Amino acid sequence: MTASGTATRTEALTGWGRTMSTVATVVPAIHENEMANYIREASSRGVLARGLGRSYGDAAQSGGAIVFDMTTYNNFSLDQATMTVTAQAGASIDEILREIVPLGFFVPVTAGTRIITVGGAIAADIHGKNHHRDGSFGAHVLEITLLDGAGIVHTYTGNDPEFWATIGGMGLTGVILSATFTVIPIQSSYITVDTERAKNLDDVMSRMIERDHEYKYSVAWIDTVATSGRGVITRGDHATAEQCMQDGVTNYFDYDPKNIATAPGLVPSGLLNRWSVRAFNEGWYRKHPTHRTGELQRLGAFFHPLDGVQEWNRIYGPKGFLQYQFQVPDSAGYLVGHTLQKLREVGALSFLTVLKRFGPGNQAPLSFPQAGWTLAADVPAGVDGLGRTLDELDALIAAEGGRLYLAKDSRQSPSNFARTYPRLNDWREIRDRMDPNRVFTSDLSRRLAI
Amino acid sequence: MIDALGEPQSVLVLGGTSEIALATIKEMPRNRLRRVVLAGRPSPALDAAVAELASLNISGAEAVEFDAKNTDSHGPIIDSIFDAADVDLVILAFGLLGDQMVAEEDPSHAVELATVNYTGSVSAGLHIARRLKHQGHGTLVVLSSVAGDRARRSNYVYGSTKAGLDAFAQGLDAALAGTGAHVLIVRPGFVRTKMTSHLPEAPMTTNPEDVAEIIVASLKKGRHTVYAPGPLRFVMAGLKVLPKQIFRKLPS
Repeated sequence: MTASGTATRTEALTGWGRTMSTVATVVPAIHENEMANYIREASSRGVLARGLGRSYGDAAQSGGAIVFDMTTYNNFSLDQATMTVTAQAGASIDEILREIVPLGFFVPVTAGTRIITVGGAIAADIHGKNHHRDGSFGAHVLEITLLDGAGIVHTYTGNDPEFWATIGGMGLTGVILSATFTVIPIQSSYITVDTERAKNLDDVMSRMIERDHEYKYSVAWIDTVATSGRGVITRGDHATAEQCMQDGVTNYFDYDPKNIATAPGLVPSGLLNRWSVRAFNEGWYRKHPTHRTGELQRLGAFFHPLDGVQEWNRIYGPKGFLQYQFQVPDSAGYLVGHTLQKLREVGALSFLTVLKRFGPGNQAPLSFPQAGWTLAADVPAGVDGLGRTLDELDALIAAEGGRLYLAKDSRQSPSNFARTYPRLNDWREIRDRMDPNRVFTSDLSRRLAI
Repeated sequence: MIDALGEPQSVLVLGGTSEIALATIKEMPRNRLRRVVLAGRPSPALDAAVAELASLNISGAEAVEFDAKNTDSHGPIIDSIFDAADVDLVILAFGLLGDQMVAEEDPSHAVELATVNYTGSVSAGLHIARRLKHQGHGTLVVLSSVAGDRARRSNYVYGSTKAGLDAFAQGLDAALAGTGAHVLIVRPGFVRTKMTSHLPEAPMTTNPEDVAEIIVASLKKGRHTVYAPGPLRFVMAGLKVLPKQIFRKLPS
């Protein structure tokens, strides 16, 4: 306890992949003045804000540092007239949705999990199934208030370079205190979903190119065990009141996603094997119809299917896992299939592999999305030869102008990172103004020399 | 930082000319290492070690002056290395084999072995532990020896220094629990190095590269003690409980 009386705790922190833990002093975020004191008194180990720990790698941890647990800093309010939400950084998308969906509003962008904070959504500049149409979360933020490296509060808007450096800035430009972002009106808490199975990867990709623009939301799941790269494309739009009525749904704004199960605490490392993954992939493919249109799905089922299983990250066992997510332009679409093949060859078995088309990127220098394809595959960390395979893929992706998502990365090299984020030096100039003494550090920033 | 696949980016070797330590560095993926500090007494061998790593495209290799016997200097030297940047992996590799017969004739030689192998390691080990704890992560690899498992007529002065070092390292590992720092104690048997080149080889003799492979694999598994080769664990377990009448009759 340095700055005040708040109870601190010494805690080993990891990302969602449960690899590479480091120990930090965790301070529950209560008041901005107290956080400012910690920033002013920071040691050389620095300070970092952490939300709900859903980034897969080392973005939200910092060995030996002061880490603010922002989840206790979570007030928010909806302004229905301006269709905006103003939230403290620790407010979760889950909490916000439970409040605003029944009132007829939805967040402009949601990731594959709603168990993330507003601060984390900005810091990682998250994207969702509507990126091809609506861009990333940062495109919908109007105002950000943060504490800089001197512990001074600033409020920035889209006219300020500091605003864009903070979007996608991985928490390294300051502690985001609060933000205002737009929300969208919805007529129901349902999505009308069109599902189609595609028999191979080319089929998946050409169907996405042809018709993604007709839908607000689109994503494909790919069977990584089958060499064909077959998949299931699900696309949808918010259901109108009329569509709900036709389907006999009366409670349009009913929204109460529940936990279905919790993954067991101790999972033997052999649970994920060739057979269990093959069976899962086969079953997942078969469970979807060849073609179905207009099915009404609840928001939670459509956007956040895994949130029903608490701590599902444990299923990968004690060695943890990583998610390899990259982006390449359309001209390098062949790298999607090449990556799947290489992962299969090295024996990196994946349940959840997701393919998505990105629209254009935004002006944030470290924002991940750019027009083209993005593939995300969960792979267990203990696979022999995985490091070399991924290094080779990194190089191919970099050569095509693609890159890895910092919120998922846990292993790329500093040189690969610098090469693939060409606006890094612009970002560093702004960061150096906001935090000249580099108070804000994370294990990610040390590992990649950001 | 150590990445999700267990690869470190920065390594400090105390006893920078150690063949086992250098083999361990060579065993790691070269494109992840950004900084390798070889600390030791200035010598052509130390310079050659730095040059060799550089020739292997291992970036950031540098030599730092360090004398195990000069314990007063340990704190400032180790602080300056850690102040510059985090160290993911420290290999405590300095040590003298000495000559048992000389030590018995001239106790000052025995004192030198004890000073370097035990006193020097305790001093450096505690300074390292303080810094690993401060940064909240990192592993200290301590090169112990099976010679410390049970004292033998032929090398008990050396063996006793390693026994002391081993006990120290076990306690240090316990003390570091919950800090993010760990200790890996490595107990090699007879290893073919310049330190042992004048001695007849013992059963289960290994090369530095074999020990290095075991160290790298053990780091990834997060182990705390390991023998090299692995089966020596069982041999030593047997030797430790052998009645002394029989133990003393074994060929040294």
